[in-house]
Amino acid sequence: MPKPTDLVQGTLDLLILKTLALQAMHGWGIAQRIRQVSKDVLQVNQGALYPALHRLEQQGWIRAKWGESENNRRAKFYSLTPDGVKYLRQEQAQWKRLSLAIELVLDTP
Amino acid sequence: MRWYYKLPLRLQSIFRKNRAEQDLSEELQFHLQAQIDEYVAQGMNPNEARHVALRSLGGIEQAKEQCRDARKVNVIEHFLQDVRFGLRMLRRSPGFSVLAMLCLTLGIGANAAVFSWIEGILFRPYPAVVHQERLVAIGGTARDEPRGAPLSWPDFQDLQRNCALCETLFVSKITGTTLSIGDRAERTTGSIVSANYFDAIGVPPMLGRGFLPGEDQGQGAHPVVVISYQLWQRRFRSDPQIVGTAQRLNGVVHTIVGVAPQGFYGTFVGWGMNFWVPASMEDLFESGGYKLEDRGARWIEAYARLKPGVTLAQAQQEFAAISGRLEADYPATNRGRAIRFWPLWQTPFNNAGTLLPTLEIMLAVVAFVLLIACANVGNLLLMRSFARRHEMSVRVALGAGRARLWKQLFTEGLVLSLFGAAGGLLVAYWCRYALVLLFPARGGVQMHLPGEIDWRVLALSAGICLATTLLLGLVPALQAGKIDLAQSMKMESAGVVGGRGRARVRSGLVLLQVSLSFVLLVGAGLLMQSLLKVRAASPGFNARVVQNTAIDLVSAGYTPERAQNFQDALLERVRALPGVESAAFARMTPLSYVSSASAPLVVDGYQPPPEESPTVDYNEVGDNYFVTMGIPLVAGREFTRADDENNALVTVVNETMGQRYWQGRSPLGERLQLNGRWMQVVGIAKDSKYSSVREKPTPFFFVPLRQNSLRGSVLNIRTPLAPETMATAIAREVHAIDANVAPYELITMQEQLDRSTSAQMVAVTLVGILGSLALVLAAIGLYGVMSYAVSQSTRELGLRMALGAGASDLLRLVLSRGLALTGAGVLLGAATALLLTRLLGNLLYKVSPRDPVAFGCAFAVMALVSITACLLPAWRAARTDPMHALRAE
Repeated sequence: MPKPTDLVQGTLDLLILKTLALQAMHGWGIAQRIRQVSKDVLQVNQGALYPALHRLEQQGWIRAKWGESENNRRAKFYSLTPDGVKYLRQEQAQWKRLSLAIELVLDTP
Repeated sequence: MRWYYKLPLRLQSIFRKNRAEQDLSEELQFHLQAQIDEYVAQGMNPNEARHVALRSLGGIEQAKEQCRDARKVNVIEHFLQDVRFGLRMLRRSPGFSVLAMLCLTLGIGANAAVFSWIEGILFRPYPAVVHQERLVAIGGTARDEPRGAPLSWPDFQDLQRNCALCETLFVSKITGTTLSIGDRAERTTGSIVSANYFDAIGVPPMLGRGFLPGEDQGQGAHPVVVISYQLWQRRFRSDPQIVGTAQRLNGVVHTIVGVAPQGFYGTFVGWGMNFWVPASMEDLFESGGYKLEDRGARWIEAYARLKPGVTLAQAQQEFAAISGRLEADYPATNRGRAIRFWPLWQTPFNNAGTLLPTLEIMLAVVAFVLLIACANVGNLLLMRSFARRHEMSVRVALGAGRARLWKQLFTEGLVLSLFGAAGGLLVAYWCRYALVLLFPARGGVQMHLPGEIDWRVLALSAGICLATTLLLGLVPALQAGKIDLAQSMKMESAGVVGGRGRARVRSGLVLLQVSLSFVLLVGAGLLMQSLLKVRAASPGFNARVVQNTAIDLVSAGYTPERAQNFQDALLERVRALPGVESAAFARMTPLSYVSSASAPLVVDGYQPPPEESPTVDYNEVGDNYFVTMGIPLVAGREFTRADDENNALVTVVNETMGQRYWQGRSPLGERLQLNGRWMQVVGIAKDSKYSSVREKPTPFFFVPLRQNSLRGSVLNIRTPLAPETMATAIAREVHAIDANVAPYELITMQEQLDRSTSAQMVAVTLVGILGSLALVLAAIGLYGVMSYAVSQSTRELGLRMALGAGASDLLRLVLSRGLALTGAGVLLGAATALLLTRLLGNLLYKVSPRDPVAFGCAFAVMALVSITACLLPAWRAARTDPMHALRAE
């Protein structure tokens, strides 16, 4: 297993929001999903995951609701708020611009 | 609508803390379990899986704390925790808490009280009046009178017409009368005002109307009066039908046209006004005749409200331009004169000007008191922080951050200073009217000097409270910052005062207290000496054996002829009383608030320089006035019974006037012209004091009552008898002539003199009170430091004793350490005082700001107090039992 890449500062929020855009999910599920989708390249630091979730909730981008997990355990499910959807769109665009810019710089011979 | 999601979360964090905590822990628990399940599924044994899962989460409690931080629960939570903890600490040591709060209450209270006085007397003295921030006081200046002379009515009107930068201008000149309503007569104060008065100040009368345009014109043409709410309530039993009824004022029937609203006391700092009459009635209330058409007669006091956005400098320039034009147009009356204005707090013609220097000094004094109080509380906190050293070390050891500790210490300081501020505001509230108590009532009229506690005063007090918090938190915070875990686990044994670290800080604080209170003592001493000098200054007349009273016949409705007969009869009876050496009537009592009349003069043979129009104050006095008052005549004769309307007009001038206008020649037999009438100088009187004991020699002259107005109502009596005896005798004689007339309060001229210096008296009293307060605080501080040092060094003392030191040696040791501290404080204080006492400037009379007596006295008091404060700890040290002390530790 290759050593997982540390997440760039601030990208965790973006990844969480993107993951939640597909469906409501609990913390552990979010971490798993990010890992699977990135094909084990991105490994979420679990210690940072929950503070990030709470911060996003506090800012009103996501909201939480208690529900049943796949194996019938009580879990806290997070989902995007309408504001969160807008915010995600904004951040995604921002991120694309940024990565494009970095690419440009790196590709210059 | 993000708040829709945010708000419930915040509220839950605060109010449903347990629920939020439970959720958090359940959420993390779920995560942990899911992770463990996965590891187990990968083939780990359950125990190992749990370990790895916990490690990858980075510890459950740490994760929780980070989540709490993310929710910003901690900021509020810690603050509430600190407040609760602070309160608990206060409750645990009630002695400390009470002492600390008391100190802060005194410190903050003194500040808040002085702020409220400054606000209520200097900055916003007229509660009901609109836009006071743009109000300015107008006065005239002359070459030899740079500070605020009155204006003449025509000058005022020209100013009113031509001032483009003023929103409005109005006249408000203090006057007084005797009100007889029913069978009760009382002296009361009122104002002569321009007709626009109530409109200009934006205070519409509560009942009836204000004055109509034009009611301030024509001699005696509009006998109408507006009365105050207080008068209406007190003397007219709040009669709703009052408007339109008649009231006799100074013998003339006036119609009451309005009642001013509650809470309006007029526009004069010092006394509450009870009635307002239009300027057309001026000659009924003022001496010197009808003056509305006389540009040379200067008598009015006026205010202007500048237009919004106009700077003081612009307006001052316009005033200068207008008065320049007046000077050019009317050289006969206006030569060398200008019109200008002052901000309200420098108003030259009411008590704002009198109290300004005192209140300025008070600002510095209360700042000192606050500093001393803070030093005291700081000392107490230090003492406690020593006791709490262990607590702090433990908390640091358990991982509390330095910032967290500081936050807690500052919160504790805040709790203390909030209590202090609350107490201080209460003190200020109680002291609102206290300034009045320091002034003696004059002729039964109580002064009106209310403090005002508005948002500005509250904001300033809050600011002081915050500054105090910072100061208070600083001391223990610095200590906490220095906590060295290894060191503090060991025991520390302190030496007698002057050891390292903490002890040095505490000694520093005491040094500060001693030096500040020394400065205050010096200040109090200087003011006291100056007061004694003022009181001892010779007024130029014999104050001890002259008593005076007044009989207001005009208010009682007497015609001039009847008044003359009454006065003749009374004088005859009084002169016949046993013990009375002589008696004389006069219009004005020297050094009283009633101002001298003044008028432009023409002096025969004196050519005034182009920029001067001679104006001299004068008094109208009866026969035998000079003998009665004990004012010596240098040459010539005094007025006699024969100087009446049937004989040649005469006058007596004082020496300064003689020198100024006759330059070396004797004025005897020369002539001067007053109000168009020539009179001959028949006598020269020695200079005396006329309006203030502190005035420089002033030109002044006297004219006989019988040849001028008959308003002379002051009766001067020269007698060695006690004033009480005299008062009953005079009352009996007055009653014998007319049972409806009563004389005023009878006082000695000495009493008059003392009253005229009451502003000084107030300064001395205030600085004295606060100075002693500071002294007590400093003594407590010194005592605290010394007794703490002694209690902490029992071991050292016991050792010294065991090695052969006697009780007296120990006594001397502790005393000398304490006195060394005082000595250093006094030195520092003396240096500061030398720099600062110059600020007393105007308040000092014939006393140097470096007066050695004041410094010496302050030193003696300080030495005495510090010996007293050190004696008890020293005595305790001397009684140390060496066996006990050495065994105890």
